[in-house]
Amino acid sequence: MTASPSTPAYGEETGAKDRRAATGDRLLDIVGLSKSFGTVRANRDISLHVERGEIVALLGENGAGKSTLVKQIFGLQAPDEGTIAIKGDAAPIKDPKDAIRRGIGMEHQHFQLVPVMTVAENMILGHETTKHGQLDLEGARQLVRELSEKHGLAVDPDAEIEDLPVGTQQRVEILKALSRKVDLLILDEPTAVLTPQETDELLEVMKELAAGGTSIVFITHKLREVLAVADRVYVLRQGSVVGEVAAADTDARGLATMMVGREVVLRVDKDEPKPGADVLRVADLVVLDDRALPAVDGFTLTVRAGEIVGVAGVEGNGQRELVEAIAGMRPPKGGLITLLGEDITKANPHQTHVAGIGHIPEDRERHGLVGSYSLADNMVLNRFDEKPFANGFVRNFEAVRENGEALFKEFDVRAASVMAPAASLSGGNKQKVVVAREMSFGPKLLMAAQPTRGVDVGSIEFIHRRIVAARDEGAAVLLVSAELDEVLSLSDRIAVIHGGKVVAEMPAADADRTEIGRLMAGDH
Amino acid sequence: MAWFSRNRSVTLTAVAIIVAAYVFYAINQRVAVSMIDFAWSFAVPLVLAACVGVMGERSGVINIGIEGQMLVGAFSGFFTAAATQSLWAGVIAGVLSGMLMGAFLAWTTVKWQMDQIIAGVVINIIATGLTSFYYKSGQSLTHVMPNIDIPLLSKIPLIGPVFFEGGPIALTTLVIVAILHFALFRTRWGLRTRAVGEYPSAADTAGINVIAMRLLNVTIAGGLAGLAGAYLSMEATPTFERGMTAGRGFLALAIMIFGAWRPLRAFAAALFFGFTSALASQLQASNIVSLPQQFINLLPYVLTLVVLAAAAGRVRPPAAAGQPFVKGEGS
Repeated sequence: MTASPSTPAYGEETGAKDRRAATGDRLLDIVGLSKSFGTVRANRDISLHVERGEIVALLGENGAGKSTLVKQIFGLQAPDEGTIAIKGDAAPIKDPKDAIRRGIGMEHQHFQLVPVMTVAENMILGHETTKHGQLDLEGARQLVRELSEKHGLAVDPDAEIEDLPVGTQQRVEILKALSRKVDLLILDEPTAVLTPQETDELLEVMKELAAGGTSIVFITHKLREVLAVADRVYVLRQGSVVGEVAAADTDARGLATMMVGREVVLRVDKDEPKPGADVLRVADLVVLDDRALPAVDGFTLTVRAGEIVGVAGVEGNGQRELVEAIAGMRPPKGGLITLLGEDITKANPHQTHVAGIGHIPEDRERHGLVGSYSLADNMVLNRFDEKPFANGFVRNFEAVRENGEALFKEFDVRAASVMAPAASLSGGNKQKVVVAREMSFGPKLLMAAQPTRGVDVGSIEFIHRRIVAARDEGAAVLLVSAELDEVLSLSDRIAVIHGGKVVAEMPAADADRTEIGRLMAGDH
Repeated sequence: MAWFSRNRSVTLTAVAIIVAAYVFYAINQRVAVSMIDFAWSFAVPLVLAACVGVMGERSGVINIGIEGQMLVGAFSGFFTAAATQSLWAGVIAGVLSGMLMGAFLAWTTVKWQMDQIIAGVVINIIATGLTSFYYKSGQSLTHVMPNIDIPLLSKIPLIGPVFFEGGPIALTTLVIVAILHFALFRTRWGLRTRAVGEYPSAADTAGINVIAMRLLNVTIAGGLAGLAGAYLSMEATPTFERGMTAGRGFLALAIMIFGAWRPLRAFAAALFFGFTSALASQLQASNIVSLPQQFINLLPYVLTLVVLAAAAGRVRPPAAAGQPFVKGEGS
């Protein structure tokens, strides 16, 4: 071991806790922070602090003002009122450059990585070193190797970002933040795109960083993660801090209640399924992915009326291609898909809708909504040309608006009006719009892909209840989710997918979490 | 080695072209030199103008106004030189007026977020109007651009007399392309420029001033467009005519795309266009084919269509080209 000048600071492991308590060694101290966008008050009079080496979770529903808060800490937005002090220095944070200089690093919800550049290039962007005017790329590669070794996050410095899976991209994003001297690391929904395994790895990394003296602020709405790593939790609701609690003193139910202000049913209440006739039959399906490799490879599954079949699996095992094939978005290479006996293997998305498939797509921004269209129009995207929404060539705007308003109430969408553009909504409300549209026409098969991804607890509960209600009305439901808890609590029957085929099928009542985890990992 | 395997097809193509050129040279020295010389004089303003497009789009600003920027450069260069009887003053005036037009595009689109296509069209209309209105006939230059020989380099067979012997703007163009290519891919400025054009919010969160980078790059690029204009009115022919850019600004955009937004490939693409023109003239002159002159003049434009159709979907523009950057959004 070579002793570097900075080691003594980290070495005071034993005295650290006492010193912190005695001097109040606050890394971040926010007092009376408010921020408004037009008439929307995103943050109201927020006060919070973070101590050295502490992991603080910011918990809240979509639109509670968490992202707005951390953007101000990172200098991306300026507060209207209040102060943000970093290590006792309350000078305004002018811009990200200033924030970086003062020891703040941020991992963004949408990765701030240039897709066509390599890991090494992204790593040095903004603080490049040069030799004789030329970029020192060898030095950058060395930096990547050192950092990934130090933090146990393996990445190839020469890989281009766009070729990397999201989990790896996120490692790069975190390493990038750590490549500057970081005292406070902000993680904005770091686990939203990760598989359970990747999530666990990340949580480990966070603990190690905190043990090394780095403070972490992390945003999430997953209660399990909060309880697993956080020292303290701030709960935000409608822009205000409504609760501060030590993680050791609370549990999932307590946190969920604080988030939404009422008791949340985390387990889905549902009656025994009453399965009827076969609705969807998939036989020996083969579907190619974007690289023309078989992602779905001999997939066979039947879904009956009145039951929820959950497909559990680690992301990237063909789930997306399977859903796209059934929805008519991706022509299968082989096999057969039938709906109520009708062959829909070669149907296009419109034909599958007409046949009776309601599809809640995985990527609602790209495939679920048109951001610039009004909510009312988005509610009829799949049947704008059908009566009563159109009469021949002429659209009936009155009917579209009335339909929108009725669904608004029914699905509890929170927005200024049905004529507001879809892009103006928060993630949870956007998802409710998609769910409303796909459920409201009485589908024979409801296919829900990651239906609660990036959605707040209140909306998750609501969406789950609607899915169960659709089942009880006699629809067949195919649920594809990367959240094992969601599959376990919602499904009547579970199919485990691995390598593009079903490796096990079981009634949900017999399902065992560890057993399924083993099957998902390809151990069968 | 990694570089070679990634760029193998490009490298092999380049080698094949050079070999073909020397085979041609070995067969008929005089015709080869004259045709490639013709190609290069045709290509000079296109190379410069394509670099204007590359600098703009690589930093996220589409420049439809290259045509107008060149025209203004040609106009101010020629008339300043005619009035002062100094070629230097002319070239400087051309470059400065180009930068002014570049600054116009930069400030309207980057600072005030005007639509980039509309701003470019405005530049073209203003340029045509101004240069036609203030045009005076009967002006001429008393000096012509000197012919410069680069020692040693100009002695290389074929390449020497074509590229290393010529007017100062043509020679400068070679230097500019090389520097721009190096700067774009090997320097801090280049890394930041590309980041700003691909994913500006990533650059912003890394502490880079996106707005300042775009303003700077688009303004400097305007200077290159001015230089291209000065080449047309002072070096290629010592005269200014109304609308003398004749669509070269748009042709340059096609060359930029064909060149995959890389200066060196754009240089090769411009030479290819030039060579095709040379070939057509040669066929015409030697009576191998007899076509009306108009068809021959049409060739570069038809080729543009063909090339763009072929390149479509195979090359990818910088992702943020055309999109204004608003701080705090999109992250």
